[in-house]
Amino acid sequence: MNTAPMDISEQKFALRPTATVEQRLDAIQAALDERGLDASQGVAEISHLAQEEWIPQNGARVVAKAWADPEFRQRLLADGRSAVAELGLSMPKHHRHLVVLENTPKVQNVICCTLCSCTAFTIIGLPPDWYKDLEYRARIVRESRTVLKEMGLDLPADVEIRVWDTTADTRYMVLPEQPPHTVGWPQEKLAAIVTRDAMIGVARL
Amino acid sequence: MDGVHDMGGRQGFGRVRYSFNATAFHAPWEVRANSLYALAVRAGIFNMDEYRHAIERMEPRHYLSASYYERSLTSLLTLCVEKGVVPREELERRAGGTVPLAGPSAPGRSNAPARERFHAGDRVRVKMDYVPGHIRMPGYIRGKTGVVVSESPAYPFPDAHAHGVPAQDEPTYDVRFRSEDLWPNSSDPALVHVGVFQSYLERVR
Repeated sequence: MNTAPMDISEQKFALRPTATVEQRLDAIQAALDERGLDASQGVAEISHLAQEEWIPQNGARVVAKAWADPEFRQRLLADGRSAVAELGLSMPKHHRHLVVLENTPKVQNVICCTLCSCTAFTIIGLPPDWYKDLEYRARIVRESRTVLKEMGLDLPADVEIRVWDTTADTRYMVLPEQPPHTVGWPQEKLAAIVTRDAMIGVARL
Repeated sequence: MDGVHDMGGRQGFGRVRYSFNATAFHAPWEVRANSLYALAVRAGIFNMDEYRHAIERMEPRHYLSASYYERSLTSLLTLCVEKGVVPREELERRAGGTVPLAGPSAPGRSNAPARERFHAGDRVRVKMDYVPGHIRMPGYIRGKTGVVVSESPAYPFPDAHAHGVPAQDEPTYDVRFRSEDLWPNSSDPALVHVGVFQSYLERVR
């Protein structure tokens, strides 16, 4: 039996463990910092935006105003990007178009991204975990009614389902139906009942 | 490329692991990974199409087992190495282990030579294109016929933009397909809308 220690040439071929995701992340962040990108500062800024500014409450304000103001609703359906800008909401440059999908008693719109996980994240918030999971991406386009039912939305048979796959840089949000008992409420109170999941289209209000 | 990222319509997946108002992030490193790739895009190290394509080029077993933010991180690491920003050896030294990267890129392509302008109501067919590089055509619409609903503003052509190939921006069309046409006798009835680049489409006469 050879009990001699490995020499240098053998060590080169020894298997090294895969670095953890946090080690990999620390490595690239430090490398970019060292190259003057100021990665740590940039990360702090974008993390703040992602957690405090790009939130579903933005989309909720848009929905509330569309319910309360028929002229705004028309502008929103005609050109979503300009209409949300009226509320001080912006979208990244590469999201050149926001299409707002109007639900009716007979139509349920639902959005997805089968190729990755694109969303209008500055308006409806960053996508939830399940939206990015393989199950939703694989099944929602093909088994929409079954999947929605499993997720708690059991639609009557006469409701038409329209699935929107975000394959280009046009972004979508669903305009849910206003619950009848909320007609006449102030916009702030209306916004409080609008959920991100309703703006994705997997829930009704 | 016909990669595992192209999830739409794949069978065998179970229930969506849905919970109401689920969060986007589950750990601080995920926030950091999301911010760092966004920062690299802002800094012009790579564009969104290159970013998406580097995720698609991940080794299939790695892609399927990685979380969403590990895929983001892998794309960031891959592109920083490929573009000569940080050598792989430096990343692995800093990380204290191996750093898995995506596989190599195949050549991209420019716009289709003859492109036609379509209008709402036009019947169109998705061309039978098979390309080794980036493409934003989900496999489930290849060769299928649908109806144009609307036109979006021009976007960079992803098949070129992900590969540094010169190309003109071109419009995408919101094309409506019937799920019964996409998966005959094997889907829930629904309308499936896909944003399809002009180069991918031909008129049905």
